[in-house]
Amino acid sequence: MRVNLRKPWSIGRKLTLALAAIAALLALVSWGMITSFAREAAGRTQDNILAASATSIAETLRSEAGAVRLELPYAAFSMLGAISEDRVFYRVTAGAEVLTGYADLEGPGARPGEAQFATLPYRDTVVRAVSVMRVIGSGGEAVAITVTVAQTRAGVEGIAAGLSRQAGLVSLVVFAMAVGLSAFAVRASLRPLTVMAQSVAARGPSDLRPLRRPAPAELAPLVAALNRLMERLGGSIRRSEDFITEAAHRVRTPLAIVRVQAEIALHSVEEEAQKQTLRRVIRAVDESSRSAGQLLDHAMVSFRADDLERERVDLPGLVSGVAEALRPTAEMKDIDIALDLSPAAVLGDAILLQNALRNVLDNAIKYSPAETVVRVSVMTDGGEVRIAVSDEGPGFGEGPAAHLTERFTRGEKVQGIVGSGLGLTIAEEAVAAHGGRLDLRAAEGGGACVSLILPGV
Amino acid sequence: MRFLLVEDNTELAEAVVQRLGLDGHSVDHAATLAAAEDCLAVAEYDLILLDVMLPDGDGRDFLARSRDKITTPVIVLTARSQISDRVGALDQGADDYITKPFDFSELEARCRAVLRRRGGSARNEVTLGAAVFDPMAGTLRVGDAVLDLRNRELRLLEVFARNPGQILSKSQLLDRLFSADAEVTENAIEVYVGRLRRKLDGAGVRIETVRGLGYRMSV
Repeated sequence: MRVNLRKPWSIGRKLTLALAAIAALLALVSWGMITSFAREAAGRTQDNILAASATSIAETLRSEAGAVRLELPYAAFSMLGAISEDRVFYRVTAGAEVLTGYADLEGPGARPGEAQFATLPYRDTVVRAVSVMRVIGSGGEAVAITVTVAQTRAGVEGIAAGLSRQAGLVSLVVFAMAVGLSAFAVRASLRPLTVMAQSVAARGPSDLRPLRRPAPAELAPLVAALNRLMERLGGSIRRSEDFITEAAHRVRTPLAIVRVQAEIALHSVEEEAQKQTLRRVIRAVDESSRSAGQLLDHAMVSFRADDLERERVDLPGLVSGVAEALRPTAEMKDIDIALDLSPAAVLGDAILLQNALRNVLDNAIKYSPAETVVRVSVMTDGGEVRIAVSDEGPGFGEGPAAHLTERFTRGEKVQGIVGSGLGLTIAEEAVAAHGGRLDLRAAEGGGACVSLILPGV
Repeated sequence: MRFLLVEDNTELAEAVVQRLGLDGHSVDHAATLAAAEDCLAVAEYDLILLDVMLPDGDGRDFLARSRDKITTPVIVLTARSQISDRVGALDQGADDYITKPFDFSELEARCRAVLRRRGGSARNEVTLGAAVFDPMAGTLRVGDAVLDLRNRELRLLEVFARNPGQILSKSQLLDRLFSADAEVTENAIEVYVGRLRRKLDGAGVRIETVRGLGYRMSV
């Protein structure tokens, strides 16, 4: 199958162009029709006047003493002057004999009682001619007199051209209006498409609800297809989430059994060497479950950071929520979590930020000696918001602190503490997704201070 | 304390029942949501430990469904560690959650925090000589004075209070007081015992050192 990779024309452009072409065609046809009507009307006016003129000349014919006589009436020519300054020619013949006028003017073949018209070349120009025949008695015989009157066509052409120009102008204006209105109509008819596109684009990354907005009949198949796609997508996301849940469940439940059994054994054995072994088992279980959890967290952070939710997140609320969740853990070591929260908000994904802070705070509790204080503060500093977590632990040691955010890297002073080295990586990625950064430094008094620095609202 | 454990994995459930028993708690075990409802209909519990994935439904749906009927605090046991999942459990009416595998000292700390938030109940109070000890509130009343106990002092006193007259070795106490991942020496126990002795001063309760064996509390 060949696939045409050229970008297709926009429907709006196509429709507008087609409608404009139709409008142009209609304008052209109407202009042509008006022009031909104008020409015909002007011609008919000239014919009528020519006929009247010829008839009035013919009316003056009379037979006198065996000869045909005529008087050219002035009015016959003056009425021709009424429509233009065109030249007028005439001829009166009796049978083959030219009575008066231009002998070389050949009129259309005349028949009695009926004016005959023709457009003829005459001398160096073209004339419109009429012939009227009248039969009069002269000296006892009937003589057929033909009166021919001709007039050049400049005036008539002029009038027709003027009308045609005006018709052209009107057609042009109508065409322009038609193009404008078609563009408007096209945009108005395509509006449901735009609205649909916007409402899909405005959705959050996890919003896979079907489109419910009523769509025009033409869009209904598209909407239905889109809804089916979203349903399938939602299904596959649910399946992979279920899979992760199931996998985590499968791994963690046996680990939990091992841990509980080891704890029970730890409480019942007396010998110190055995106790030491059991403690090691427990520590290994903790380490693997923690790593599994952080790997899942890390996957989730990467996933959510790809298409970041941007809601207004109230930081004091978020920080106290995370602190409350970790307070029992801290209490086990008689560690106080002291909060110093000033009002601040950021735009972002609350779940990611919670996860980031949780990892940092969890670290601080883990590395703090018993009966110390972990301080968490929220401050605004210029356009930035800083969530700082400082502890009274051993600090970051001598080496550069920045590399601690690299995956699976752990500090120098972590002997004997369970950790995977992913905590700060997770925090850093979550913060970076929000356009912020992680700042590691020594706290006052020698502990570690980790700050999540985020752009404020 | 009396727990209701709703967990479909029998091995884990049995181990948890046994482990909580070591700390003097009594635990009823329900393997399904239906069994849990039966238990709740006939008995009163201090706390429910609820697994998320059960054969006859999702623990969180059960919570959402029955939150207005059951006033007992609930701690959800989850195998997931994604924060969104935890938040979901809290939204649906759990008081707290803990991730499997869990540390029993952490579980205890969380239970204590939940019960304290819920106001606790007087029946957990223990009388030790002239002192009244409330393990949930973390307070020790000696005469008119109410002393706050720090978490480790409290846990130490709990162990002594449950085993009056019994000799407890430093190593035994160590495992009750510290997580397995903490590097501590038995000297730390001496520090906490010392503090506890000072706080129990005047209550007629003594923590004696039994040379070479450990400590014993006598009233």
